[in-house]
This record gives sequence, structure tokens and C-alpha cells, in this order.
Amino acid sequence: MSDIVEKTLTALPGLFLQNQSVGGPAGVKTSFSSRLGGLVRGITALTSKHEEEKLIQQELSNLKATVSAPTTTLRMMKECMVRLIYCEMLGYDASFGYIHAIKLAQQGNLLEKRVGYLAVSLFLHENHELLLLLVNTVVKDLQSTNLVEVCMALTIVSQIFPREMIPAVLPLIEDKLQHSKEIIRRKAVLALYKFHLIAPNQVQHIHIKFRKALCDRDVGVMAASLHIYFRMIKENSSGYKDLTGSFVTILKQVVGGKLPVDFNYHSVPAPWIQIQLLRILGLLGKDDQRTSELMYDVLDESLRRAELNHNVTYAILFECVHTVYSIYPKSELLEKAAKCIGKFVLSPKINLKYLGLKALTYVIQQDPTLALQHQMTIIECLDHPDPIIKRETLELLYRITNAQNITVIVQKMLEYLHQSKEEYIIVNLVGKIADILVLNTVDTYAPDNAWFIQTMNAVFSVGGDVMHPDIPNNFMRLLAEGFDDETEDQQLRLYAVQSYLTLLDVENVFYPQKFLQVMSWVLGEYYYLLDKDTPEEVLTKLYKLLMNDSVSSETKAWLIAAVTKLTSQAHSSNIVERLIQEFTISLDTCMRQHAFELKHLRENVELMKSLLPVDKSCEDMVVDASLSFLDGFVAEELSQGAAPYKPHHQRQEEKLSQEKVLNFEPYGLSFSSSGFTGRQSPAGISLGSDISGNSAETGMKETNSLKLEGIKKLWGKEGYLPKKEGKTGDETEALPVPQESIIMENVDQAVTKKDQCQVLTQSKEEKEKQLLASSLFVGLGSESTINLLGKADTVSHKFRRKPKVKETKSGETTSAHSMTCSYFSSSSNATYEDDYYLDALQDRGDKELNKFSLNSELLDSESLTELPSVEKLSNCKLSSSPSLFTDNNMEGFHPSQSTAPSVAPETSLASSLLEETSEHMHSELVEVCHNETISVSSYKIWKDDCLFIVWSVSNKSGLELKSANLEIAPAENFKVRQ
Amino acid sequence: MIQAILVFNNHGKPRLVRFYQRFPEEIQQQIVRETFHLVLKRDDNICNFLEGGSLIGGSDYKLIYRHYATLYFVFCVDSSESELGILDLIQVFVETLDKCFENVCELDLIFHMDKVHYILQEVVMGGMVLETNMNEIVAQIEAQNRLEKSEVSVLGP
Repeated sequence: MSDIVEKTLTALPGLFLQNQSVGGPAGVKTSFSSRLGGLVRGITALTSKHEEEKLIQQELSNLKATVSAPTTTLRMMKECMVRLIYCEMLGYDASFGYIHAIKLAQQGNLLEKRVGYLAVSLFLHENHELLLLLVNTVVKDLQSTNLVEVCMALTIVSQIFPREMIPAVLPLIEDKLQHSKEIIRRKAVLALYKFHLIAPNQVQHIHIKFRKALCDRDVGVMAASLHIYFRMIKENSSGYKDLTGSFVTILKQVVGGKLPVDFNYHSVPAPWIQIQLLRILGLLGKDDQRTSELMYDVLDESLRRAELNHNVTYAILFECVHTVYSIYPKSELLEKAAKCIGKFVLSPKINLKYLGLKALTYVIQQDPTLALQHQMTIIECLDHPDPIIKRETLELLYRITNAQNITVIVQKMLEYLHQSKEEYIIVNLVGKIADILVLNTVDTYAPDNAWFIQTMNAVFSVGGDVMHPDIPNNFMRLLAEGFDDETEDQQLRLYAVQSYLTLLDVENVFYPQKFLQVMSWVLGEYYYLLDKDTPEEVLTKLYKLLMNDSVSSETKAWLIAAVTKLTSQAHSSNIVERLIQEFTISLDTCMRQHAFELKHLRENVELMKSLLPVDKSCEDMVVDASLSFLDGFVAEELSQGAAPYKPHHQRQEEKLSQEKVLNFEPYGLSFSSSGFTGRQSPAGISLGSDISGNSAETGMKETNSLKLEGIKKLWGKEGYLPKKEGKTGDETEALPVPQESIIMENVDQAVTKKDQCQVLTQSKEEKEKQLLASSLFVGLGSESTINLLGKADTVSHKFRRKPKVKETKSGETTSAHSMTCSYFSSSSNATYEDDYYLDALQDRGDKELNKFSLNSELLDSESLTELPSVEKLSNCKLSSSPSLFTDNNMEGFHPSQSTAPSVAPETSLASSLLEETSEHMHSELVEVCHNETISVSSYKIWKDDCLFIVWSVSNKSGLELKSANLEIAPAENFKVRQ
Repeated sequence: MIQAILVFNNHGKPRLVRFYQRFPEEIQQQIVRETFHLVLKRDDNICNFLEGGSLIGGSDYKLIYRHYATLYFVFCVDSSESELGILDLIQVFVETLDKCFENVCELDLIFHMDKVHYILQEVVMGGMVLETNMNEIVAQIEAQNRLEKSEVSVLGP
């Protein structure tokens, strides 16, 4: 056939000459139907691109006038569309015609409609807004009784269709799956495939119909459904294992020649269907022995039947081999497949050779010996004139690289690299070489240092700036980290330095920026290995580069960093002097900054040496991320009334929480007037809003819901304390949210729940936990103080910061067991609240001040057991309450009754009812839990519309209580009991 | 899946451009130009497969082409298509053109661009191979042609 084309083409010039008179702009006057011809002839007759442009622009303006003229008939429009398509194909904008194309598809008769649809599918894309105008037309045509119209509609749907309009046509297309004409069914299947591609979830419900299509009596429909299955199996092979049998049967029938003769292509039965089926089987059988076993027979059959008489049988054979190597291996089949690969590789046909190499590349990991068999062919292919074959060979070699062959393979790759000019190929190949050399450093195959560095030099100079940024980074890391042998490493580095110096000596050679960056880093880091007295020589070179205009400013930053490093080794250098002068007035702010840094560093040699130590590039730098060295400064500022820093999220949380608090306020109002507020001695106030937090908490604690909410807030809060950042950050995130939901429950319920919970948690384990928890909470009041002083340690506990107070103070480790007691009262969960409310306080500075004073007191006293200080603590708790309330309008939550009174010197369990509380209705004192040394009891107080739970812990042994942890079980354990 | 089907002559003049994946107008032109340059460099006796390069999707894509006298037929496909299969599909397409136009030549493609598109639509639909059976394709096209004739006769000259 190509002969014929050739013949025609030789006749072409003559043809054009004849028609010249009609062609070109003159042709406009000819009848509409031959206008395209006129246009084409006109264009062909032109010699320059410029003329063509002029002609087409003119044509387009003519067309524009025509299509928008009201007198233009649809028939004329059809002709215009064809010309528009032609202009668009040549790359000219014909967007004015898009809307007319849609109109034509809408209004035209069959033929016009066909042109309209074609134009639409060529002009528009899926997201084009005009496409929506087409939806109605498509719906109408899908319902048409005319087969041709339905076909056209299905075709356009499978080419372009707006995703969001799929539901409008989906049922219609589903119906078409039952259509009596097979061509309609087939197109419908492909249209649904298109939907599967662009909106898989919209066609999920019709997967069953795909199965029907697979079993369709018409082969064409079945073949179309294979597209869908190939795609779906590729996405999820496990979901379709049950279909393996069907596919195998179909393939058997196809291979056995059971299909209509129509489907034969060069007497090969339905080759494309075979290819598709083989691919599907390959996907299904992958790593699955049972499924694979089903297909061994048919694969064997396929391999046998494929008599090599035509191109397309090779296509089938290739797929067969691919499948055999993809599925669970069977040695017999593998043997046959290997033989087939041989046929490909040894074939004189270049296409087959290419595929043979491709197959080898694929199977090489499973069967390296196969490469050995064909090594001579592979070597030949390396020098093949076709670059594609060469590349495929290199790809193959890349897969079999080992310590013995690396030099040769890399050399071959470099040769190819030097020849190729396409960026895409260079990037790809450079990546591979670097991969062999650098990336798998664990067992690098590089034979020696010199070779390694030289190869990398070649890679850097060729790959230059297009290579993947990982490559230079990995290379530098490799140099810095080295291998096992230290002297070897030093030699490698030394060699690198030497080779770079030599490279920089060469005049008038331009290296890629990335290479220069690597060089400057290496020279800066390892120049000292040369053992020269002064780095004057290298400084000169770097200076020259810095002065070079073709060097990018990023590279200059690398260069000046190298200069800085070198300067620390030899500080008196004219060049450095000159360089500083030059760059302190540079317009590039970055360079100026570097130059100033260098200048100042030079003035302080000691600092410079410690800042830029020799050969320390891979030692971890200790960075005080918490900035603890600023603690003193912060503390001072705070004490002078500065507001403490709060991270953004905390500020927001706080705001939110405050809003919530306000929402639930009603209960609280009555509390604000609780008898306690009035009683505090004014002296206490000085001590602390810090502690007032505690009392606030205690108040909070009563309302279980609030308390829980508070927990969360508290942790959020904590982050702002300089020392705790890291930990508390985690904590905040880990907090369960559900507690929020409880908030709404009424107070009584909440309390009951809690009460119950305590009873429920009597088990030993729980007891221990509670002990721990109470020990945690003992130090609560003063704990934050310590943080501010920067002393808090980071012992991890369930509730992070609570326990530390005591620990740090008394210098002893805390644990539930070591808790040797004394006496304290704890206010359960409420304590969680404390920081939260502290934060809510407006008078920050005041608070901090108080903390400090408090802390010093605590430090003075050996432990909390010393009553005076405890007294003070309790006092201040009580006293601070009023201020807290007034500041925040949160009275409702701060029944200031608190547990503080229980700190008072009651030493016996029996007397542990508090004075204040006894004024109100209260329950019996119940012992919650106890052991030999300690006992915890609780009682409830009803006051106004609130309920408090007071816990007292008493020490039965005479020993000193060092610390206590209190842990409250999570909210789930609480049960509501009316 | 077939991403694009390009037909251009020995001078790089496009004769048929059909994209099944969306590319902006300028990129389409660029793809045609680059593909032409890639293909032009190659002798007739070396292999018919090319890597698509960076413009069309990277290494997963291949250009598979055939050269007939003055025309290059290039199919750009992804890895889910068989190279040799596509090579024969091009052959099927060209043979079908030959049957429909009776000794097809470049001029047929130019002057009956729309018809070439209709034929292609019967072979490849939305990037998927629809029909490889030449007789079936020709039958479909003939049915359409009959339609055309009847219409022309109804409407008169």
C-alpha cells in the first residue's frame, strides 16, 4: 500500500499546480463543499510559515463572519466546521466556533449532527463549561430509535463527558447493555468504562452488569468488557479471583480457534483479545499459587500454538512469556518461556530484539543465568546504532550490576550519557548511575576511590543541574559519614579535594551549579586534609568563582560558606579581606549577610573555631530547642509584669474554653457567694493566685462534666510553660474528645457518677493507681512555679507535671510505693483544672510573682508536711479565690469551699471533716481505699445547688509523706445514678 | 490506554490529531512537533518504539509509530498496551483507510479529514481499542456512507 501512497505523492505537485488558480484566498468564492479543498491547496502552495499564518487568520475571520451570520444554513455550517477542525489541527484558535459546533450537534440532521459531535469532541475537553450544553442533546440522542444517533451519542460520551452529569445519562447507557445490536452494547460497555475511569464510585452498582457483558454472546462485547476488567483487576486483583476460570475458558476458546473467522487477523485468532486475556491472567496469578495453577494449561497451549509466522504472534508470545514470569512459577513453563525469550533476543527483527531485551530486563531478577546465555547478544546491542535498543540494554545491565562489572557498566552508561542530548534521558540515566554509585552505599560496588570520585565528577558535569537533588546530597553525606574504615574515608576525601582542585585549575571550563556546590562543600570541609599551612591557594580559586557572573547566587552562598570554614583555619588572608570588602557592599542581601558574618567571626577567632570545628560535619549538633537558656530572662520579664507567651493554638483554645465556660455558667452564680470567699485572711492574697487556681479547681471538680472538660484545657495550657513544651504537646493531642459530650449533664448526675466510679474502682490495681494519682497531686499548688524557674525535670508520669513538684523539691524519686505519707488532702480531678484557670486569670504578672514567693517558701521547708507552709498554702488557696472570680466572671465554677481546710492539722481520720464544710449538709465519711500506711476517704457536701466531694488522705504510719499521686479514672467508668 | 493518535507527513504537517487525554492547546502542538522530531531522526530499519519523553507522561508512555511513504502514524500509549499489538493496530487502521478510500493517499487524509476521524472512531473509542476486525469497521463506515448518499439524494445537489 505504501507504494500507492508514494505514487500519489509524486503526482501531488502536479495536482496542486492544476488547482492553483482555484486555491488560496481566491477559492473563497467557490462552492461551499470545495472550500476545504481550496483552503488546503492554498496552504500547500505557500512557502513560509508567515504566509500560512496570514492565510489562516483570514480564513478564520471569514469563517467567524459566516458562522455567526443568521442566514447560514446548517449545511453550510457543516462545511465551516470541517474547516474549523482543520485550522484547529494546525494549531490556530477557533474557539469562536465551539458554541456553533454544539448547536450543530443539537439541531442538525444525522450528517450534520455527526460533524457537530466530531467537532465538539475535538475542540472541547472534559471540564469545558460549554460541554454542559451538550448533555441534553446526548440524552435525547441516547433515547433515539435511530441506531446511528445512539452510536454517535455513545461515542461522544466515551470521548468527553462532564463528570458531574454522569447520573443524567447513566441509566440510559445501562439500558443499552441489553440492546439487541451488538455494536450498541459494545459502545455502551466502553462508555461505562469511561465512567469507571473518571468517577469509579458512580458505576459501582453495575459491576454485576459488567459480568454479563463478559459473558455476552457477541465476542466484540466480551472484548470490550475485558478493558474494564483489566483496569479493575489492576486496581484490586484479589476481588476478581473467582473470574479466573472464566478468563481461562475464554482464552482456551480463542486459542482453540472457536471464534468466528472474522476475528482472525493474518490467520491468528483474535490476537488482541488474547493479549488482553494474557495480561489479565498475569495480574490474577501474581503471587497466587492456586490461581496460577488454573492457567498453566492454557499458557502452555498458547506458547505451543503461537507459530512464529507473523508479527502479531510475537505479540501474543511476548505477553505469554510475561505472564509466565508474572504468575506463580512453574519450572516447565519457565523453561519454555526462556526459550521464547531467546527467539526474541536473537531475532534479526529489531522490534523483536527490543522486546527480547525488555523481557530479559523483566526476568533477570528471577533468572540471572538467562542473561549469561545471551551475553553476546547483549554486548552487541550495546553498540547498536539504535539508541532505543542501547537504552534498553543499559537498563538491563543496570539490573545486573555487581562488584565485578560495575566499572564496565558505568563506563558504558557514561558513554551513552555523553552522546545523548535529551534532558529526559540524561536525568534518567544520571539517576541510574548515581543509584549504582551512591544511593546503595550499604554495599557500594565502587572498586576504588579514584574511580569513584572521577565517575561522580563525570556524573556531576554531565547531569549538571537537571539531576535529581538527592544525588549531590547523598554524595556529600556519603563523604561525610564515610564507610567503616576511617583511613579509607580520609583518603577518599583527600582524593576528592585533590581532584576538585585540579578541576578548578582548568581555565575556561564551566561547571554546573550543583557540581560547584558539591566542590565548595568538600573543599570547605576537607581541605585541611591536604596539610598545607594556609588555604591561600584554594581561597584564590573560590574567590575567582565568587567573582564570576555566571555563578548563581545560591552557589555563591555555598562558596562563601566554604570560604568561612577555610578562614577559621587560616585567619590572616588578604583574599578574605578583599572578599569581605567586596561583598559587604554587595547588592545581594544574602551575600552581604554572609560577608558580615564572616567579618565578625574573624574578629573572634575562638568563637569561630568552636563554631566551625574541623571534620565535624556529621556530628549531631546539640540544639536546645526549648531555649532554656532564656528562662532566666523570661522569668525576669514575667516578674516585671510581662504577659507570658502563649502559642497560637493555646490562645485559641483558651478563648474557646472560656466561651464554653460562660455557656454553662448558670450554676456557678450561686457559688460565687459561697461563704468561704469572705473568710480569707487578706495576708493570703499575696501568696498567690497561683494557688487560687487550686481552689478554683476544687470548685470545678465538683461538677464532673466541667472537670473533664478542664482536663483537656489544662493540658493545652501547659504547653506555654517553657520547660514542658514537648511533652504537653503530645498530651494535648492524645486527649480523648468524648468527654465534651458529658459536659451538658447536670451536676448531680455527674457527681453521682463519680462517686460510683470510685466505689467501682476498688480493685487493687485501681487502688494503686489512685495512690499514685494522689501522690501526683500533692504538689500541685507549687508545681508550676518550678517550671518557671526552669528546674522541672521531665520524669514521665501519667499526668505529666504534677508529680514533679515534690520530686524536685525533696530530691527524691516518687512512686506510689515510696509514698510514706504524712498527711494531705487532695481534691481529685479538680486539680487538673488548675492551670487552666490560672491561665484564665488576667493578672498574670501578679500570679508569677506569687509563685516565686511561694516557691522559695517551699524550698525552705523540707516538705509539705511542715505545717506552717501547708497552712500558708491552704490560706492562699482560699484567699485568692475572690480575685479570681472577679477577674473572670467565672464564679459559678469556683465554689471556694475547696479542700484546703482539710490540710489543717487534723491528724486522725475521724476528724477529717472540715470545719467549713460541716456547716452544710454532708454525707458520711467513707473510706475509699487504704493500705498499711495510708488511707483515703471521701465525703460529699451539698451546698446550694452544688455538690462537692472532699477526699482526705491520712497517713497512718508516722513517716513522712514525700509525694502522692492521684489519678482519676477516665470518664467512661462513671455511671449515672439518679 | 491510548493517549493520542497523531498522523503527520514527512515535513511534520499534521494530518490527523486526536488526543484522548486532555492537553492544553499549545501543549498539543508542542507534542506534535516534538514527536515529529523524534520520529524523523530515526531510520526506517530501526525499531518502531520510542520513549515518550517528558512531554507525555514520562517513562510509562511509549510512542509506537509506523512510516508509510509520506506519512507517519504515531500512537502514544501507556504501559497497559502491548507494543506489537499496537503496531498491528496501526496496520489495521491503515488498511481500513485503504479499503474505505480505495488506495488511500495523503490527499485523502487531507480532503476527507472528517471521514478519517469517523473511521478512527470505529477503531478506537475514548482511548480504548473498540474494533480490530477490519470487515466490521468497513461495514460500519459503509452504513454511514449509505446514510450520507441517501441524504444527499434527498436534499439534491
